[in-house]
Amino acid sequence: MATTQIRPASEELEELEEVWEDDPGIPGFFSTVDHKRIGKRYIYTCFIFFFVGGLIALAMRVQLATPNSTFLSADSYNELFTVHGTTMIFLFNTPVLAGFGNYLLPMMIGTRDMAFPRLNAFSYWVFVFAGIFFFSSFLIGSPPDGGWFAYTPLTTKPFSPGFNLDFWGLGVAFVGISTTVGAINFIVTTFKLRAPGMSLNRLPVYVWSMLVFSFMVIFAVPAVTVAAGLLELDRIFGTAFFAPGAGGSTLLYQHLFWFWGHPEVYILFVPATGMISMIIPVFSRRPIAGYLWIVTALVAIGFMSFGVWVHHMFATGMPALALSFFAAVSLLIAVPSGVQFFAWIATMWHGAVRFTTPMLFAIGFLLIFLLGGITGVMVAVLPFDWQATDSYFIVAHFHYVLNGAVVFPIFGALYFWLPKITGRMLNERLGRVSFWTMFVGFNVTFFPMHILGFLGMPRRVYTYSSGLGWDTLNLLISVGAFVFALGVLLTLINFVVSQRRGERAPDNPWNADSLEWATTSPPPDFNFEAIPVVASRHPLWDQQPLPVADSGPDDATQGFGFAGAHDHTTPITGGLRSVPEGTMRIPEPTVLPCVLAFGLAVFVVGLLAQALIVGVAGLVIGAVGLVWWAWRTGEH
Amino acid sequence: MTVTAPTMTETVVVAPPQARTRGRSIGWWGMVVLIATEATIFIALLSTYFFLRASSPTWPPDGIKPPDLGNIAIFSVVLIGSSIPIFWAEAGNRSGDQRRLRAGLLLGFLMGASFLAYQGYEYSHLDFRWTDNAYSSIFYATTGLHGLHVLVGLLMSLVVQAKAWSRKLSADHHVSMEVFSLYWHFVDGVWLFVFTSLYLTAHLR
Amino acid sequence: MSRLRHTAVFAWVLAIVIGISACSGSTSAVDAHGSEARHIAGLWWLMFGLAVGVYVVVGGFIIVAALRGRRGTPRRSRISQNMFITVGGVLVPALILLVLAVVTVTTTGALRKAGNNPVRIEVTGERWWWTVRYPDRQIVTANELHIPVGQPVAIGLESDNVVHSFWVPELAGKVDTIPGQRNVLRFTAEKAGTYLGVCAEFCGIQHAHMGFRVIAQSAGAFERWTTAHAEPPREPTSELAADGALRFQRLPCAGCHTVRGSQAHGTVGPDLTDFGSRATIGAGAVENDPSNLARWVRHAQSIKPGALMPNLTLSDDDVRALVSYLESLR
Repeated sequence: MATTQIRPASEELEELEEVWEDDPGIPGFFSTVDHKRIGKRYIYTCFIFFFVGGLIALAMRVQLATPNSTFLSADSYNELFTVHGTTMIFLFNTPVLAGFGNYLLPMMIGTRDMAFPRLNAFSYWVFVFAGIFFFSSFLIGSPPDGGWFAYTPLTTKPFSPGFNLDFWGLGVAFVGISTTVGAINFIVTTFKLRAPGMSLNRLPVYVWSMLVFSFMVIFAVPAVTVAAGLLELDRIFGTAFFAPGAGGSTLLYQHLFWFWGHPEVYILFVPATGMISMIIPVFSRRPIAGYLWIVTALVAIGFMSFGVWVHHMFATGMPALALSFFAAVSLLIAVPSGVQFFAWIATMWHGAVRFTTPMLFAIGFLLIFLLGGITGVMVAVLPFDWQATDSYFIVAHFHYVLNGAVVFPIFGALYFWLPKITGRMLNERLGRVSFWTMFVGFNVTFFPMHILGFLGMPRRVYTYSSGLGWDTLNLLISVGAFVFALGVLLTLINFVVSQRRGERAPDNPWNADSLEWATTSPPPDFNFEAIPVVASRHPLWDQQPLPVADSGPDDATQGFGFAGAHDHTTPITGGLRSVPEGTMRIPEPTVLPCVLAFGLAVFVVGLLAQALIVGVAGLVIGAVGLVWWAWRTGEH
Repeated sequence: MTVTAPTMTETVVVAPPQARTRGRSIGWWGMVVLIATEATIFIALLSTYFFLRASSPTWPPDGIKPPDLGNIAIFSVVLIGSSIPIFWAEAGNRSGDQRRLRAGLLLGFLMGASFLAYQGYEYSHLDFRWTDNAYSSIFYATTGLHGLHVLVGLLMSLVVQAKAWSRKLSADHHVSMEVFSLYWHFVDGVWLFVFTSLYLTAHLR
Repeated sequence: MSRLRHTAVFAWVLAIVIGISACSGSTSAVDAHGSEARHIAGLWWLMFGLAVGVYVVVGGFIIVAALRGRRGTPRRSRISQNMFITVGGVLVPALILLVLAVVTVTTTGALRKAGNNPVRIEVTGERWWWTVRYPDRQIVTANELHIPVGQPVAIGLESDNVVHSFWVPELAGKVDTIPGQRNVLRFTAEKAGTYLGVCAEFCGIQHAHMGFRVIAQSAGAFERWTTAHAEPPREPTSELAADGALRFQRLPCAGCHTVRGSQAHGTVGPDLTDFGSRATIGAGAVENDPSNLARWVRHAQSIKPGALMPNLTLSDDDVRALVSYLESLR
């Protein structure tokens, strides 16, 4: 057998590129179905929302730096904190994790694209249109102002008569389509497109985490879609779901919302831990400890997270017996998190840690999540939550877990995978400075909030009086926020500069173990000319040279080698052990996903404006796109 | 364990694996997962129905009578029964019988469409509007969302029938028929739960 | 990397110093003067102790694990992977959680139980202030509750508008006021004093200015207060105040506010019968003094934008007289 590089010979490469490349320019931009382009687009778009949400937070902190400040008016502040929370959850954290998944998952499992490439494009377009729709509220001076969870009756028409909340309700329901569709894609891709030999117990932990993420999305998102949907029915059409005077229920909204809301935070946390589980072993120079423990823990978290939602409602006056059940499960869910935690410690303990920037972010994550997890256990203790909930203590807790324990892994992931994605190394020195600035800034910002909560400061207040002992802490927090922002800015600068002047990245700069590192940096459009044959959990460590399969004669093996790549296909495999089954044609680029998403967006605008013609036009555009798409879908 | 590996990956070409398996198509899996999430929406709505009911001293409130069972029971049989010709049609496609495929699809379509037509008739004869109270709102929302799913199913059926008539479907080319069938059976199955919850249990005291 | 260690130590000292500052302050939840707050504070210190222990130990493991192999080769260890995971990840957490579960059940069981002959108060969350009624004593006031020390109180909590949350940290945890539902908060004040409360559920534009006070008094002082308040206020003693009373009836004031014993029976805004004795205007927006009151009566929107009290076109005479009248209402 000849030993070759995974780079095909240059003629072959040219042929393959012709088959796989997108159309150039604007048509190509709107018609791509390539998971890597879509994944990158997700990540860039999400970071724009992150910066906007972050700037909003800085404005909020300027307002709160001093008592009785007039920097922001009451309604501006209320709009800003609503937009901040909604943006960070719906338009940054959730989609950026989907975006990384989009890029990495097919590569990690050794395939050439997702199971439904056009659906993938569709999920991006829906996300972007939903984000634009949401922020267009600023153009008419009516951003949402009911808080990111938009409790009724405050958010019903009588108390929020303007368009503000409609941007929220319609936006949330709309963006949920993107998340759901993305989850379907991840699940089917992981089940059916794995490289041969990649049995379930050889799946990288990150892939497991995306699988758990996806199943959680499937079962949780419907609840928030119903919550926001029924709210919008009440607001636009005058139904009575949440009208206490007409048999409607205030608590109903909270149950529906939090039935999604709690799993959602684990939907964010689980992929973040998946990233950590890829980064720590590489920079400990050894495989992850307790693989089976970790996978079991992830699945356990997935299930248990559906049994705790009432802990967001501990102060609503429900009977203590019912509340105690949820307190108990909320305590128990700490165990699988603890298991993962010690698996990471064990990996480092038995390894030899290299302090690269990704590893610093991982260690920073550990120190931050330890605190966030501890305060989480505290607020699971029902009577303590009666003091802590809705105060700055809980603001501290959820920022430790949703900012620290999700954003730090995301930054670690940036430093880890951007070389693969862009072909350029980021600057290590600047990366370290960015990390330390973020870490210090983060803790200076959010640690004192625990104390503010004890001192009785409630959340979501646009100002406070002096003389309550809150002044110095608020000022300190505001300073910390700017330090944290500076740290983030340093990474942005690092990225921009490294795209021009960064060292070119080799295939595997970190000496990592998973399949995405077997390609060039950046990878070719087709990922793998020949699909790897996997015999280990750590293919690039255990299988040298890496075996890659040639195309065979029958339908089940046509897709593996050059012939398969040349035909714009990828192999379908099945079964627990990932055995050849067939060949999937990857669709040609098409604008239909964008058309369908656009039609839906027009429909949503029609609902907002209560303009029948607009709504109908949107449905028609969408229907045309959908039918044409269905008509063109192959039958094998 | 220390690992050293070159940073440019060396590969070796091998023959493709021998073992084979035959599983469900990608489209099938996609529809199954979609059904899981759509089912959850209906579970959320039915939970809403029972939650509102539990919070209400009388149900239906405001003097509304529990829904009439007569005609809806008949049309429920028609809708749920429409799964049979669809099942039959799919079996026909798998065995290469194009006429069975087309006939079954058409019959299923007509049964589904008649259910939807009856639902429109029922709506126009209800003595409450959906804005009246929480009961009327959840009644219309649940049955309406289900009706929307039936409508989408009918549109899907048209596309599949168009493919069938254009000879695009066969035993080897069956994914859209498979996917449509799954969806249609799901919609029929959901109606069983909606009917039981909103119509039957409302008569329980 | 001793820089790492130094930073960690520094951070810890900082945290402890800051933490100690939480013990003081006029609305500190750990400065507990009510039965419920005291139980919860006790629970807190237990958890705090456990938390510090866990953080130091596990944080220590993280740091040591990160630094152990820094020379490039892994070092052997007697602690196996499995031991880390089973002991650190399962056994020790399970033990701690068991302790917390027990404490949760016992503490919850001790709280919010029906007391013996409690003082009954009905509090309604409004936008953005609190109606306070004593149904047994015919007292209606706003934004201030008087309670006796050592006697259980049962505060019925309702809202006919949006969700609010009644929170006075030094006395008890919070309970939401939910439209369509009546909740009850029960506790006993253990020390006399004035305790500040806030609304703790975002309820709209002026959620930040929806404070209230709970004044815990000796049994005797409480009785005196209830007796005095059950009676309507005495006739205004000064001419200016009497003039203010007349203007109050003529101007829009009486349309929204009630002053018992007068012709003003409005129910849109707070009852003003004892307004002169209240510490703040606008549920904590500003201190209750004549100059603030003059500004409020004229331009409430400049003090509490979005409040449902509109700006009023009043002459200077109107304002002077009204201020005198309102401050005389005790």
